[in-house]
Amino acid sequence: MIHVVAFYLFATIVVCSGALTILSRNPVHSVLWLILAFFNAAGLMILLGAEFIAMLLVIVYVGAVAVLFLFVVMMLDIDFAELRAGFVSYLPFGLLVALVLLAEIVLGIGLWSVGPIELAQRAGPVNPELSNIQAIGALLYTRYIFLFEAAGIVLLVAMIGAIVLTHRARGGVRPQNIARQNQRRPQDAVRNVNQPVGQGVEL
Amino acid sequence: MTAFFQNMGLPFEGAWLLATVIGILLIALPVMLAVAMIIYADRKIWAAMALRRGPNVVGPFGLLQSFADGLKVFLQETIIPSAANKTLFLIAPIITFTVALMAWAVVPFQVGVVLADINVGLLYVLAISSLGVYGVVLSGWASNSKYPFYSAIRASAQMISYEVSIGFILICVVLWAGSFNLTAIVESQKGYYGFLNGNGFNPLLFPMAIMFLISAMAETARAPFDLTEAESELVAGYQTEYSSMAFALFWLGEYANVILMCALNAVLFWGGYLPPFDWAPLYYVPGILWLFAKILFFFFVFSWVKATVPRYRYDQLMRLGWKIFLPTSLLFVFLVSGFLMLTRYGGAQ
Repeated sequence: MIHVVAFYLFATIVVCSGALTILSRNPVHSVLWLILAFFNAAGLMILLGAEFIAMLLVIVYVGAVAVLFLFVVMMLDIDFAELRAGFVSYLPFGLLVALVLLAEIVLGIGLWSVGPIELAQRAGPVNPELSNIQAIGALLYTRYIFLFEAAGIVLLVAMIGAIVLTHRARGGVRPQNIARQNQRRPQDAVRNVNQPVGQGVEL
Repeated sequence: MTAFFQNMGLPFEGAWLLATVIGILLIALPVMLAVAMIIYADRKIWAAMALRRGPNVVGPFGLLQSFADGLKVFLQETIIPSAANKTLFLIAPIITFTVALMAWAVVPFQVGVVLADINVGLLYVLAISSLGVYGVVLSGWASNSKYPFYSAIRASAQMISYEVSIGFILICVVLWAGSFNLTAIVESQKGYYGFLNGNGFNPLLFPMAIMFLISAMAETARAPFDLTEAESELVAGYQTEYSSMAFALFWLGEYANVILMCALNAVLFWGGYLPPFDWAPLYYVPGILWLFAKILFFFFVFSWVKATVPRYRYDQLMRLGWKIFLPTSLLFVFLVSGFLMLTRYGGAQ
């Protein structure tokens, strides 16, 4: 009973906030609706028993990705009216993309229910004793270790690429020398002077 | 507690709901009371270190000072700037305060005395603490004023930076305990060298305990990392435009976060509800008292640091987070996992 109530609550909020992400006029509000959608999707994952994925969804998407979105959107100076103007001209293309995605989801689910993965699962069900993390870890670091490593290398290359593209040596900048800053002692920088009255300070 | 209500004749779901709501109240109300008292303790400790008396007028020894302050802000007028985004302006302090309370759901007070004994407990803590950024960012943006916005960006950059190294430090503890469940983590700390309880006595994890303490100060924006406020050189911070109850919620949330970080310190590194020595008579003292004693000790360390250490510069703060803590904690992830690989999990095969 509580499961059903929770499912409909989460599902309704996901759908509504997803719609409001597209419909709201202010881009900052859009990002906030998106965050609400992420959060409730995590709730749905927990109802499915996938608590590890749910926590990752919150940590990665809500905690990191959406914060970056929010930063960028907050600091942009966007003309909302201009943004709205393109809506009708992009509508057919958007509908096309939505249709393709819908077809892919329908096909995917249809194939999955009779496909090899589902059949294999019926033959050898997942061990219910194992927690999410152990099950995923055991798969990820044994059977899919090379794919996992490959994903790691792709990420590393992407990171180096981003650094190379954005980092440029600027002339005329004096970098800090931290070691010299730490070596500096009060007696190098401060001098106590007992100055007689009316004689001016020697610098 | 669910079983108790079931025996009273309620169906399982009703009993579970009632038990959970009572559990939430049993944790949230004492935490709020603790926040009030800890603010008083904080002020008394600073006063003692500055050779002052501190609050001593309201109630015996000034004990009721926080409640008097609370009543004062409650009766003040809430001023909302006319250019502010009203909804978000009011939601932001609520987010800060709620998030600070939410993480307590997984803190174990005793064997089995925990609201949600989930096996991803530590990930839940990380997820909740990553939500804390939104209260800060939203308050800065919704105020529609330059200084709060600058401060919000400063604060969130600081919080995100130190969350990275906190994540790696937690991974070290999780590797050693072999579980994300906080109760299991506490239980795994029993009996170092036969008589000590606590990961902090482990030479591989002790540096992590120190780094976690410092990162916790940066994460909660306490001195010496209180650059979000820096009231002496910058305008007060992201809460500049706030007044009365909305401001008080930020204040309470900040202190609730500090207590939470002290509790995590105790649970992850110093044995949580276990007594410090693995000696039978000490186990007769209820575990919750040991946990409170540890939380209070770490809170004293927090105020001690605030009273004595001068504030960092912002670039020094960022350098400490990214260039010192991040590589060091990453190195310790390697060291801990390598050590466990060679000893507990049967050597290199």
